[in-house]
Amino acid sequence: MRLLINKIFLGLSILSAGIGLAFLAWILITLFMKGLSSFHFSLFLNDLIEGGLRNLIIGQLILAALASLIGIPLGMTAGIYIQEYGQGKYASLIRDLSDIMMSAPSIVIGAFVYAIIVVPTGGTSGWAGAIALAIMMIPVVINTTDSMLSLVPRELREAGIALGASKYKVIIDIVIKAAKVGIMTGILLAFARIIGETAPLLFTSETSNYFSLNLNESFPSLTVSIYDLANEPEESSRDLAWAASFILTVIVLIINLTGRFITRNKK
Amino acid sequence: MEKIFQKLSLASATLVFVLLVGIFLTLYSAAKPAIDEFGLGFITNPEWNKEVVVPTAQDTANRAEALNSDDDAITDEDDVMIADEDDEIADEDEMLLDDEDESVTKTIYGGLVPIVGTLLSTLIALVFALPIAMGIAVFLAEIAPKNISNIVGIAIELLAAIPSIIFGMWGLYYFAPIVAGIVGGYQVSLLTAGLVLGVMILPFMAAITRDSMNTTPAVLKESAYALGATKFEVIKDIIFPYSKVGIIGSIILALGRALGETMAVAFLIGSIFVLPKAINDPTISIPVAMANNFGEASGLGESALFYLALILFIISFAVISLAKFYFLKKAK
Repeated sequence: MRLLINKIFLGLSILSAGIGLAFLAWILITLFMKGLSSFHFSLFLNDLIEGGLRNLIIGQLILAALASLIGIPLGMTAGIYIQEYGQGKYASLIRDLSDIMMSAPSIVIGAFVYAIIVVPTGGTSGWAGAIALAIMMIPVVINTTDSMLSLVPRELREAGIALGASKYKVIIDIVIKAAKVGIMTGILLAFARIIGETAPLLFTSETSNYFSLNLNESFPSLTVSIYDLANEPEESSRDLAWAASFILTVIVLIINLTGRFITRNKK
Repeated sequence: MEKIFQKLSLASATLVFVLLVGIFLTLYSAAKPAIDEFGLGFITNPEWNKEVVVPTAQDTANRAEALNSDDDAITDEDDVMIADEDDEIADEDEMLLDDEDESVTKTIYGGLVPIVGTLLSTLIALVFALPIAMGIAVFLAEIAPKNISNIVGIAIELLAAIPSIIFGMWGLYYFAPIVAGIVGGYQVSLLTAGLVLGVMILPFMAAITRDSMNTTPAVLKESAYALGATKFEVIKDIIFPYSKVGIIGSIILALGRALGETMAVAFLIGSIFVLPKAINDPTISIPVAMANNFGEASGLGESALFYLALILFIISFAVISLAKFYFLKKAK
């Protein structure tokens, strides 16, 4: 009897793993079938107004890159503060708040940026979108930096100090170097996360049918356009949305796997 | 240089604090007009964007009874809603015409429908995802050989990396028709939205539950096996009690994610401000109400959306804090 219960239980557990994998397979197969059937290289050459995706892909990459330019330095220095400089209550308060911010609803962050940037500047803009994404990214970078720096052995720091190096020298030249791979992986994963975000962009950058590098006006966004296209009645728009989703997922998964590959190689 | 670097890093850390407080204050001040207008009654009012008659002096006496009892008013409005579900605009026009001569109208906003929609879709997601996530976690932590566990683990984490908008599209065009085929009812409904949300939080929940289970000391497990316990008994009597607090924390954390999810739900919930009478009725959630109405909203309508955002922010803040500070801290 005990053995039977054990068998049933193990069977159920393996079954649920199977269900999880089946969903992954189902979603990926759907994406590949629908995406590849509407995929064409001309999508990379034309803008949305001409039935292509070029402006959207470039726009999304620019938004995410800009968000990283803002978010990575801020997140890393904040993580360094928590781990290296901060003592006691304040540092652990910031760590906790950053953890909470990491799970804050992304649409609320969109609404926040709408209120503090879009309303005062009079309209949606690329800057607003990039800032919304940066706010999403900061706590993730803090978390990674914090936990990767905590893995660096204390002796390395002491050796640096003993050689007469100042604390910031020790941090930049020794501690960060030692934790480089882990931090880079974390940043790549954070980047993969924000590049697929839609909700924070809906009313900050919005999207545009045209190619644009002007960050002061509505900025083309792949994800926001997928949402618009998927809700349109025409079959052709939906096919384009599938192609766009396919490209987005490929980008996200490649970045994600690259991140994992880097860590794996290190080990 | 040393000083500058230290100050810079302190400033960045403080930015987190400033941002969180800033989000709260900004939402509050943007929601202020709606908070002043509707008060806490906003939470229990099921009407959204509805023209109601503001009684004039002569009119007040006639309507005093209806206004005195909130419950009555809500039931009445409910009936009206059922009758005119498909034709709300016509309904509003009618009311405008009816009362043109004697009263002024104003628009009222209530948050009950999106709040209920958010909580119910999260609940469905949780009920669906919980057993499967536990099964996956047990499989990864205890059953599978190390290399299989690694591969399946990565696959599950990749599922977590897929952008939520993809889950929404897949859910709408491929998953919902099948669910609706089995259960009946609409393809866009509370049920399909909740299930897709469940698929979305599944990998996240499984991954952190596995991590909690892995904290069980090997010595404990080995002692139990040595006593002749089966794998099931070890998991039930050793691993689960040991990592219980951490597992509950993980579940609540996943719940916090589900509460604030926008895009996967936006495709599936139907996005109409009507209380669901059955599990397969369409309705709306807070994030979806914001995503789909923010663009056109202005004035009091926009403020009411900020009020919803504030409520969502507070709920998710509370839920995440509970998970982080009570359960996960205790687990350490």
